[in-house]
Parts: sequence; structure tokens; C-alpha cells
Amino acid sequence: MADLKEKIANANKEVLNRILSATPTLIGMSTAGEDIPGMTKKTILHSGPPVTWDKMCGPQKGAVIGALMYEDLAKNEKEAEDLAQSGEIIFSPCHHHEAVGPMAGIVSYSMPVWKVKNKTYGNMAYCTINEGLGKVLRFGAYQPEVLERLRYFQNELYPIVKETLKLVGEIDLKSMIAQVLQMGDEGHNRNRAGTSLLFRMLAPAMVETNFTIAEKVKALKFFDSADHTFLNLTMPACKCTMDATFGVEYSTIVSTMARNGTEFGIRVAGLGPDKWFTAPSEIVDGLYFPGFSEEDANPDVGDSCITETTGIGGFCMGAAPAIVQFVGGTPQDAINYSTKMYEITEGEGNTYKIPALNFRGSATGIDIRKVVQTQILPVINTGIAAKKPGVGQVGAGIVHPPMDCFVQSLKEFSKVYANG
Amino acid sequence: MSKLNELFNKKLNVVNFGIESFYEDLKKQNVEAIHVDWKPVAGGDKDLANMLSDLI
Repeated sequence: MADLKEKIANANKEVLNRILSATPTLIGMSTAGEDIPGMTKKTILHSGPPVTWDKMCGPQKGAVIGALMYEDLAKNEKEAEDLAQSGEIIFSPCHHHEAVGPMAGIVSYSMPVWKVKNKTYGNMAYCTINEGLGKVLRFGAYQPEVLERLRYFQNELYPIVKETLKLVGEIDLKSMIAQVLQMGDEGHNRNRAGTSLLFRMLAPAMVETNFTIAEKVKALKFFDSADHTFLNLTMPACKCTMDATFGVEYSTIVSTMARNGTEFGIRVAGLGPDKWFTAPSEIVDGLYFPGFSEEDANPDVGDSCITETTGIGGFCMGAAPAIVQFVGGTPQDAINYSTKMYEITEGEGNTYKIPALNFRGSATGIDIRKVVQTQILPVINTGIAAKKPGVGQVGAGIVHPPMDCFVQSLKEFSKVYANG
Repeated sequence: MSKLNELFNKKLNVVNFGIESFYEDLKKQNVEAIHVDWKPVAGGDKDLANMLSDLI
């Protein structure tokens, strides 16, 4: 057994090294249909582990309906529902296609996507443009204004940003994320600094493009209004960082945490990308917007906890004290969350650092053994979607993965590697 | 017994392990205490604890 313990220790060191040496870089934009592997006109990607139409939560079903109408595959809600349950549509997790999506996480063929490359390991990750708050597809809304915004992205915003990025060149997202942690963001639910930095990088180059002044003003005004724009860059940055950890045999480090609003799923580096360990999603403990309560809340949903998997988001709450006004608690609670995570991780970040902890690197590399041993669950801060499609966000708060995901994965690990 | 009495005649330094409400009760009574956030391995599940002993 000493041999097995040594193999695990070495594998986890290798995985930590892969996480810390990743270089997530924004290299441009394209559309899902052009670049996402396995994408077809009748494929709909969703957040979290695999789920069938009948088991999808309200926000995810609403977003599917919206995406089918956006793609002109259905004329109305009824046609979209009939098509969704007909078996003609291929539903597949974003995570199986080098992609990630916040909340419902719906990605369809024509949607523009940010292209992020882990230049150290050569793998890619894709994510759509964040729609801002209010009535948006990712919360299951599919009213005309939601689809109109998606068409604006496709027909107007995307060509401008694509051209702008050609002038800007590659953007080193790892350095940007490191900076935003010094500016009060944590890269999951607070993205004001990140979006502002991105705006500063895009605006001067956008002015130089040949689009009309009105088109450029509209594009910049959109980014100015959408604070979470940078979330859709931290997510693929973390996704391509963590995907490089698969294939390291004997590693007990978590490579993926994701939820589809029905189930929470994790994947483990040493057990490969095909094995999900799932359990029912939890209800988020948080602050609700006026007029809403826990009764309106959908269980935890979205791929955005790839940020925590990589050591930012909830793991860096100590870097973002102002976020407690959004998710609840005190600045000391935020520091405590960050500090507690060192108990369940392999190591500490070399780039993502927390000023309030004397610039200590954030807790990085969740170890399933340590989670089960200590009974300390990873902390995730997250938005709360209404369970009724179309209502949108009803609050934000703190949530944890179900312990059962870690217990199941530990049992499987023990079985697979029983003979050392 | 005399040693024990001696102990209770001095200021107590209390360290509480595990159940936090014990610590909270002491605080409410203005007793200085330190709380150690501790749980038994694997929450006391013997099978999981045995499994972990081979892996960690």
C-alpha cells in the first residue's frame, strides 16, 4: 500500500503542476458550429453532467426552447417542446465538447463563442458571450427580446469583437485573472474588475475597426452594461486548465465540478473524463432579490463552478470582500471560506493569490480523499435561478457539492487502483 | 482530588474540539475558549476510514 500511496502522491503533484503551469489565452472568436468539436445543427449542449430532456430542470428546458427558436428549428414554444422530446435533438454536456456554459449552459450551432487555448498543453475551451442580467437564455428565458439579443450577438457584436481581437492579438487570461484578484473580483460572481479590464483592452482597438460609429458605440455600451462578461472568459480559462489534468493515472484530484440543475457531477483526473459521479443538486443558501424566496429557487445549476475547481471563485472569496453583499455573510466569512479550502487541496496557486491572506496562493487541486476524510466540502458561490423558466435570477448565495459525489468517486478509485 | 480542586480554583484555559455549540455556550457565559473545527475521519464511517487508510 505504501507503493500506492506514493503513486497517488506523485500523480497529484503532476496534476497540480499541470494546473499551475497552464496558460489560458484568449485567441479569438468563432461560432459553436465552426469550432466546437462534435457540434451539429441539431446538437444542443447543456451545463453539468449528462441529462435527458425529461429530467432537465425548468431553466434548462426554457433555454433549450429558446435555442431551438433562435436556430429557426421551431417557430414557437410548442414546436420547440415537441422537437426537444422527439429524439431528433442531440443533448450533450458542454464538458464533453471542450466547452462550458453558465447556469443552463445552453450552446447551439450558430452562437458566437470565445476561443481560449491552454498554450502549455495545446487544448481548447469555448464559451458563449454573457448576456448580462435580467431576462436571459441562461436562466431559461426565451421571450422575443432574449432571442433578439442572441441575434444581435450573432449578426452585429460578434463580427466587431472578432475583428477587434485580431487587432488586439492574444490576451493572456491567466495574468488578467491574477490582476482581478487584486482588484476585488473572485472570477465567479464578481466580475466588475475583469470586465472593466477587458473593456480597456478592447475599446481602443475597436475604435480602429471599420465598423460604423453607431455599431461600435452599441457594442461598447453592451459590454459596459454586462458586468459578468468576464465570467464567460474565466470559465473557459479554467476549463482548458483543468482538462489538461485528465490522463494522469492514480490522481485523486477533481478535474470537473458541474451541475445541470437536477444533478451535481464531478470527474476525477485519475478516473478519466468518461466517469461522472453524480448526486442531486443542492438548494443554494443565499440572499434573495425582493419578492423572491427559497420556494422560487431551482437547485444549483451551471458549469461556472469550474472556477472553484481551479482555485478561484469561492476559493478566492477572501480576495473579494464586497461579494458578501451579494451572496450573504461578512468579509471575515469570505476569508474563512478561502482559508478552509487549504484543508482539502493538494497545494496553493502560484499566480492566483489573495491579498488579504498576505498574497497566499489560493487553495488549488481538490483532493477527493481529503474531502471524504475531513468532511469539508468545496465552497461555491453562485447565482440562484428561478425554477420557473423565463423568470431569471432570483438571488445569489453559497452552495456545496453533495458529499455523495466524493464518496462514490473514492469508492471507484479504490476499486480501480485496488492492486496498486 | 486536591489537584482537581486546585485546577478549578485557577483560570481555566478551555479548548473545545468538534461540536461547536459547546463552544458557543461557553462564549455566552463569558468563558474564554478556543474552538477547534474537528470531525472524526470520514464522519465516523468505518468502511470509508479503512478505505482511506490505504490511500492517504
